[in-house]
Amino acid sequence: MSVLLQQLANGVIQGALIALIALGYTMVYGIIQLINFAHGEVFMVASYGGLATFTLLPDDLKKSPAVALPLMFVGGILVAVVVAVIMERFAYRPLRNAPRLAPLITALGVSVFLQEAVRVFYPNAKSNLPYPKVFPEGNLTIGSVNISWTGIMLVVLSVGLAVILQTYINRSRMGRAMRATAQDPDTAKLMGVNPDRVIVLTFIIGAVLAGVAGIMFGGYLNNINIDMGFQNGIFAFTAAVLGGVGSIRGAVIGAFIIGLIKTVAGQYMPGGTQYDYVWIFVVLILVLVFRPQGLFGEPERVRA
Amino acid sequence: MRKHSVKSAAIVGASLLVLAACGSNKTEGGGTTGGSCDTSKGTLTVGVVAPLSGNLSALGVGIKQSAELAVDEANKKCTVPGFKLAVSAQDDEANPAKGAQAATKLSTDPNVVGVVGTLNSSVAQTVQPILRDKKIPQVSPANTNPSLTRGNDFLTAPKRQFDNYFRVCTTDDLQGPYAANYLVEKAGKKKIAIITDGKTYGEGLAAELQKQVAKKGGTIVGSEKVGEKDTDFSGVIAKIKALGPEAVYYGGEYPVAGPLSKQMKDAGLDVPLMGGDGIFDGKYIELGGKEGDLATSVGAPTESLATAKAFVDAYKAKFGKDDYAAYGAFSYDAANAIIGALAKTLEGGAAWDDSKRDAMLTNVGAYSGSGATGEVKFDQYGDSTNKVLTVYQVASGKWKDVQTGEFTG
Repeated sequence: MSVLLQQLANGVIQGALIALIALGYTMVYGIIQLINFAHGEVFMVASYGGLATFTLLPDDLKKSPAVALPLMFVGGILVAVVVAVIMERFAYRPLRNAPRLAPLITALGVSVFLQEAVRVFYPNAKSNLPYPKVFPEGNLTIGSVNISWTGIMLVVLSVGLAVILQTYINRSRMGRAMRATAQDPDTAKLMGVNPDRVIVLTFIIGAVLAGVAGIMFGGYLNNINIDMGFQNGIFAFTAAVLGGVGSIRGAVIGAFIIGLIKTVAGQYMPGGTQYDYVWIFVVLILVLVFRPQGLFGEPERVRA
Repeated sequence: MRKHSVKSAAIVGASLLVLAACGSNKTEGGGTTGGSCDTSKGTLTVGVVAPLSGNLSALGVGIKQSAELAVDEANKKCTVPGFKLAVSAQDDEANPAKGAQAATKLSTDPNVVGVVGTLNSSVAQTVQPILRDKKIPQVSPANTNPSLTRGNDFLTAPKRQFDNYFRVCTTDDLQGPYAANYLVEKAGKKKIAIITDGKTYGEGLAAELQKQVAKKGGTIVGSEKVGEKDTDFSGVIAKIKALGPEAVYYGGEYPVAGPLSKQMKDAGLDVPLMGGDGIFDGKYIELGGKEGDLATSVGAPTESLATAKAFVDAYKAKFGKDDYAAYGAFSYDAANAIIGALAKTLEGGAAWDDSKRDAMLTNVGAYSGSGATGEVKFDQYGDSTNKVLTVYQVASGKWKDVQTGEFTG
């Protein structure tokens, strides 16, 4: 029993991380129908941005986590936002009216570019880099279940930011503009919505969330590498598809489902942890066969 | 610090003497490495295949630079008369497919006389046949999988696999059991869980350990696999933890082992992690390896070997750092075995061409010398006759040797 509880806790933490990244995928898709494969790399550069910020801090600040940690978040998020905005402006905007395949392939290109750029230009990025120890240490132990404080912090941030995002999109003026653009960009434009502003804002929000995920990833797992964006990006993309691409709630729930499948299937299914990825994709395939729009997605409308 | 500068001054002095000694041979041409040896017959190349980028680059760069050091010294000493030696280092990214590309590139160069490498046993599997077809000797500083030399039935029916393949380190059929003896008998850990990365090296090592643990009365409580690119091991750890192991043995390398050890502790599984030579690197501790963790590695500790001192000093003098890593001394010896065999092959001023390759293979096989890791010699399978192993433990943030010896059953 305690093993099951421990695995559930592990799954929730992994899900929380994937959810933060998946939101970026789902929002961008909702607005411009683009699967932004480079989004995983935004998460990765944020992690390196946070590490760089820490490295550049003066020595006395490095020793006080209360200052260093927020600065790392600021640095990492800033890097992520700048990369995302540049990416949108120069890689995707010129292709706004091109066939859908063109921006998709561009996204793959941007992804490879970012990964290689970090590999070549970040000092020692060729191998794993340890993350600074400015995060809360230790565990919360309930019975025989151990949950690290960084894990709890990750879940709180993930769920909190998802709720804030959902509220923002449903309640604010800009959120309404986003929903309008997602529904029908042409009519939204006629109603005075500036699509460029909406799209850039979407990328920025996605980058901020990926930035938070990038820093927390480093803190939770203690070290980062340039492959982390690809690996977690695939999971996040899967989560977005599972939940229904375009749906905020769907992406978050999809992410938690994936996290839980991974740990619980690794524990109880034949083949153990070696085959945990297999079960994730088995579930994805089953969902897509019986509900192609995903768990919370709307059936795709044919655009006139 | 003071001691070091005295040492390096001594080295510089010694090398000046060497230079002066062969200064009279030939004066024209002006060799680039300060050598004034006769290099009229051209340049011969010692290839290196190792991971120079990627997660294992710390080990790979140590291999490359140590081979360069050996070649440099040979050039200064005019070991191979008439030729200048050079190193051509190819990056295999620890990937068997990339290793094959690197080996093909080297094998098409008629001036490549031998290859030092690879680091990974899995990469060696693709490199061996390519180099064999061109009769190029390959001397590995680090491959520890026994099947590379003796085939899949290495214990019951050993059979030489590749007549061009040699190694200067010992093998996992000794390393695994040696670790098992230490864990069960010395450290008193009877219940052991195994985690592997599914690659040739880790799987083989863990399988050998497993057999010996059973023989010594310990139990393997469970075996799990992790992916090479995995980062979050909480699922595996929770599964293992429920089985109540007193120690975890990891078959694989430090990029996974370091974070794994940290996450074990975070998850409340505070038992030592033990691994083989693949986790024996400073990076392991940097990435999360914790106090009390154990590793076996091939050979005696480089710092403590009398024969290694000259190597360590020369390495520091040349590269300014002591980042020769776990296999530096072995790589230095491997390169010297190739250079020594080459000198013998070309004895009497012969020119180099493909007809010399058979003699070259024979000479590598018959090579015997005293190197940085002790005696360098190969048995009938191409394995090293040097079977020494060492157990290291993390203490105050550093690897410290706790036991050196040979596996005796």
